[in-house]
Amino acid sequence: MKRLMSAMIAILLICLVLAGINWQLDRSSRASQDNTLTIYNWGDYIDPALIKKFEKQTGIHVDYQTFDSNEAMLTKLRQGGTNYDVVVPSEYTVSRLKREHLLAPLDHAKLPNLQYVSAGLLDQSFDRHNRYSVPYFWGTLGIVYNDRLIARHQVQHWRQLWNPRLRKQLLLIDSARDVFAMALIIDHHSVNTTNPVYLHQAAHRLHKLAPNVKAVVADEMKMYMEDGEAAAGVTYSGEAREMMDNDPHLHYLVPSEGSNIWFDNLVIPRRAQHKAEAYRFINFMLEPHNAAQNARYIGYATPEPTAKKYLPKSVTNNKAFYPSAKVMKRLHVYSDLPLKDVGTYNDLFLEFKMLTR
Amino acid sequence: MMKKQQAFFFVPYLLWIVLFVIAPLVLIIYQSFQNLSGHFTWANYASYLGSATYLKMTAESVWCALVITVVTLVISYPTAVVLNRLPNKQFWLLLVILPTWINLLLKTYAFIGLFAHNGSVNHFLEFLGLGAHQLLFTDTSFIIVASYIELPFMVLPIFNSLASLPSSLINAAADLGASRWQTFTRVIWPLSLSGVKAGIQAVFIPSLSLFMITRLIAGNRVITLGTAIEEHFLTTQNWGMGSTIGVILILAMFIVMGLTGEKKKQQGGRH
Repeated sequence: MKRLMSAMIAILLICLVLAGINWQLDRSSRASQDNTLTIYNWGDYIDPALIKKFEKQTGIHVDYQTFDSNEAMLTKLRQGGTNYDVVVPSEYTVSRLKREHLLAPLDHAKLPNLQYVSAGLLDQSFDRHNRYSVPYFWGTLGIVYNDRLIARHQVQHWRQLWNPRLRKQLLLIDSARDVFAMALIIDHHSVNTTNPVYLHQAAHRLHKLAPNVKAVVADEMKMYMEDGEAAAGVTYSGEAREMMDNDPHLHYLVPSEGSNIWFDNLVIPRRAQHKAEAYRFINFMLEPHNAAQNARYIGYATPEPTAKKYLPKSVTNNKAFYPSAKVMKRLHVYSDLPLKDVGTYNDLFLEFKMLTR
Repeated sequence: MMKKQQAFFFVPYLLWIVLFVIAPLVLIIYQSFQNLSGHFTWANYASYLGSATYLKMTAESVWCALVITVVTLVISYPTAVVLNRLPNKQFWLLLVILPTWINLLLKTYAFIGLFAHNGSVNHFLEFLGLGAHQLLFTDTSFIIVASYIELPFMVLPIFNSLASLPSSLINAAADLGASRWQTFTRVIWPLSLSGVKAGIQAVFIPSLSLFMITRLIAGNRVITLGTAIEEHFLTTQNWGMGSTIGVILILAMFIVMGLTGEKKKQQGGRH
């Protein structure tokens, strides 16, 4: 009993000391609290040198925090009690945040550098007139393939993925909307359809794809494609970019019949404490030199034509990452569907996944 | 005085149970009767029971969990017996437990490196002249990884029950003329059964709801109830349906507890 007591007291003491150290550290980092900007972004989704540059230019201290999914971020913002000043949600999450009144409307007068953003990428369906968000990076859904295992002309169109020669050679991204988008585009339906007839038609089409599917995965696809585990994969341009940097035999393309276009955006939460600093930061990131530097670091497509001038020609001329105007017209943004329809998509997708074994 | 003190020591336990066991249980059951707009409904249970997809998934999960449990048991029992006879048994036991200190995700990623197309296992097979095989995304690789992860939770309770078995009983059996086999079937096995049951409980239930490994190792070719719960809570935001599957898992747990339950004190188990 005595030993138990002393052990408990020892643990309590250690906890107290740790808490004290933590408090001390917190206090010292918050010494200049009025001057701190808290950014809530995806992990490794900004060039750290830019944060340093911003801090040096403005004297504002940046606290960079990260999340790994839109849903996790959404949950945190909903609960309140957070002090994020700039957040980077994907487009469908912008709609949700907007609907739940969690965003502050943007004063465009405070964002003069917004003029550099390509007009074609502004005023999207998820945020008309960019009242709440400005684009940070954008990209597409497409096909990544390994030229040692398959030729380009064999995987140029969604329809070709159904070809029996790809048997057990295809990796899919674990996302209901993206997998259904392929089937819906082949049938010339909208990627945002909620018509059950179209959806079942697409599901039926996907069932026929099952023998070709080797696995339905997420971030790990990078590893598998680089390992030569599969000949082709359906994934996002950003992911593809990273794979290609590690393996020159991998290539990415956007089928010309159409695909999805996605946006990651900068927004200011309604409860942000440092709105003025947040505006300065967003404006700083929109400055073409900085946008170019960030794009070079991350490898995603920048929404600014001026910034493209500062990037290597080999990057900006690559039609896979900056598609031609003709293909751009056939790229569709996902709209944030009612939860009931999200459920339908996912139930059908679950059924499809059960078939792939 | 002593009574009062005991009651005082009971408070943390009570708080723990109420906050982290009873309250979540009540919440899950409550939410399983809610639809997307938060109204009371039986629809979640109706759609679970009426959907071939979910029923098939349940059957497959139970089958997978059963195989994992049997595999771990077959490996663990002899391991526990051998461990008990070794001179520094606590040390050897520590080596079995050690992997549980490493993050689950890390271990899973390590297995990807082993099983990949260009992984170590395939290199070894090629070296033996057996040629490369598709190892990832198969049921076998899933069972291997899941069993590896669950193994310590089976070894531990069996080891404990064997360790607490008085050697005088075994000596007595031998003195009374029992063969080694008879000693095992009549004395050791029945007396270590409580450990086996505790091990089964500690392995079967978590195996039912494994979800990360199903995607990483099996590439979503094995879909367990855990995968469906994850999807309903994260992607479709249909917490009602997710909770319903959670309730099904809790029921499964009670069934397993009932089947392997014992009046006597349980030994070991998951911490």
